[in-house]
Amino acid sequence: MSKQPILEIKNLHAGVENKKILKGFSLTINAGEVHALMGLNGSGKSTLAAILAGRDGYEVTEGTVTYLGKDLLELDPEERAREGVFLAFQYPVEIPGVNSTYFLKAALNEIRKHHGLQELDAIEFLALVKDKIKLLDLNEDLLKRSVNEGFSGGEKKRAEIFQMAVLEPKLAILDETDSGLDIDALKIVSSGVNKLRRPDSCQLVITHYQRLLNHIIPDFVHVMADGRIVKSGGKELALELEANGYEAILKQ
Amino acid sequence: MTLKANIGTESLVKIFSQSEAASLQPRWLAPVRKAGIASFAALGFPKLSDEDWRFTNVSSIAQLPFTLATQVAVNGAESKLIAESVFDKLPGHRLVFVNGFFCAKLSNIKPVSGGVRIENLSATLANDSALIEKHLGKYAHTANNTFASLNQAFFTDGAFIFVPKGVEVAEPVQLIYISSAKQIGETILPRNLIIAEANSKLTVVESYLSTGNVAYFTNAVTEIFAGDNANVEHVKLQDEATDAYHIATIAGEFGRASNVSVHSIALGAKISRNNIRTNLAGEGLECILNGLYLTKDEQLADHHMIVEHAQPHCASHEYFNGILDDKSKGVFHGRILVREIAQKTDAKQTNKNLLLSDDATADTKPQLEIYADDVKCTHGATIGQLNAESIFYLRSRGMSLDTAKQMLIHAFAGEIIERIKCEPAREVIDKLVWDRLEAHPHLLGK
Repeated sequence: MSKQPILEIKNLHAGVENKKILKGFSLTINAGEVHALMGLNGSGKSTLAAILAGRDGYEVTEGTVTYLGKDLLELDPEERAREGVFLAFQYPVEIPGVNSTYFLKAALNEIRKHHGLQELDAIEFLALVKDKIKLLDLNEDLLKRSVNEGFSGGEKKRAEIFQMAVLEPKLAILDETDSGLDIDALKIVSSGVNKLRRPDSCQLVITHYQRLLNHIIPDFVHVMADGRIVKSGGKELALELEANGYEAILKQ
Repeated sequence: MTLKANIGTESLVKIFSQSEAASLQPRWLAPVRKAGIASFAALGFPKLSDEDWRFTNVSSIAQLPFTLATQVAVNGAESKLIAESVFDKLPGHRLVFVNGFFCAKLSNIKPVSGGVRIENLSATLANDSALIEKHLGKYAHTANNTFASLNQAFFTDGAFIFVPKGVEVAEPVQLIYISSAKQIGETILPRNLIIAEANSKLTVVESYLSTGNVAYFTNAVTEIFAGDNANVEHVKLQDEATDAYHIATIAGEFGRASNVSVHSIALGAKISRNNIRTNLAGEGLECILNGLYLTKDEQLADHHMIVEHAQPHCASHEYFNGILDDKSKGVFHGRILVREIAQKTDAKQTNKNLLLSDDATADTKPQLEIYADDVKCTHGATIGQLNAESIFYLRSRGMSLDTAKQMLIHAFAGEIIERIKCEPAREVIDKLVWDRLEAHPHLLGK
């Protein structure tokens, strides 16, 4: 089977207000693959996630990002989402007054409309939710509340992955999804993510720590420093990092 | 300006001296009205130098060529207005007042039992005024309140609602005030008295609408007495004509372990002001003051609250959200007074303002006066634009920029609306506010 690239980032240079953060970042992710992107704080991991999702305030000075053959950087954030890009936020936003179920149904229907599919009505959507919520062991009552409002840190992260389960993205970017999770929550989130692996989609798992990768087993691990990938390898690279630390890798 | 304001005061005093004899009223009421006009004459119209009025200039009201609105023959306009309003869908009892006068033709008071009385005040005054005498003017004090004084002098009619001990009124009681004023300065003076005795339950929805647009003046007073353990919900909607002035006093005294919610939705009028005065007179009660104001053009919407914690273990929560566009202005002024005896008071104020234009302004002023030492009083205020991070979050899930903004604005209004416990009332208010927001050009990026 020939590999079908979903995301191709070539020589990306970007930053904010005269501060360069990404300095020649390149990465290709094919369908069915899970890539882990590791690096110290300040190496540019979250900047990359923000640029891929279309957050305002970043300037791309050089390079290309191709997503399923399209120039991703030309698309508005909502167009990216409708095309199948999903960012699991490091700090999911609390939106008081916007009901979680209403919000997620609207999101799913935006995507369905974009693909010429019929919108789901409330009953169809509820059936889907009941099916997906089991994946994340999420309390159904949370969906009656406002988006993320009053959720614990762990609940917010699980809710992000639950959204991912419902929206079924082609490219899921998990930005430090493990941060702030205790080991039980980490297991639940990881197992949810693992169940969402599909041959026609891919995942980019951004993390600072190796421990997440005990649960989400990546096909590739990349180490990022100063705005680009300095080393790539298989899942054993994460273990090497854990054993020897970033310093040792960066010195090589 | 002072001179002109005095002229306004003088002209109303003169009108009073000429009109007094005309009204049909019990004997005890004449001195009450006289006390009202005397208080009004002494106070005059408030000025910006008055601390309680520093954000709201009412000189344009003081300069109106006052005439008392008169009872008019109701034509199709009023019934059409009701039929086309969201309130047409609201079940329950309905009392309609046109220019401050009861209109039986448009009203629909269903049979009630258990001694409940849902009547128009002037009829009750004429027939059986003992209960009114006991309560009228006892909660909306004339001292320091020009407009309550003026209302006490002149009020025409309004609702009289009495719920005896232990009785629940299942359906909401709806009071609709329609202005059909055609002249500048026509003054409409409704007065409501709501008495919910111990262990009773009542919901009242009071709305102010109009069939035409001139600079008329509504000056309303609603008094609410809630007995021990009573559960009272009062929803007020102000949707006056855009050239009109609207001043209202809502004043109440609440008993032990009662639960009272006062909601105020302000959409219309050129200048509107709600003076909300609550006396938490029994232990362990809970009082919620909850308001939403939407302003555009050069509108001003002011909410001025004084919450008196007179007994221990009471909770008062004030939530006011404003959505302000163009050159409009929103004012929140909340005073909390905690008496020495009122230990374990839990008083909270939140005022949030969403500015949709660079020229809109919001004034927010908390004022705490605390004489007890074991109390919890908090105040929080925000003034700002829609949260960029929330907009991005919604867009990152597929919502367009316009949809994201609409969701957030609706949510901001919804925070307030969802506190209305009476479901049919909540639904009609939600629909009305949402229709209004959707009709708003800014919101849809037009």
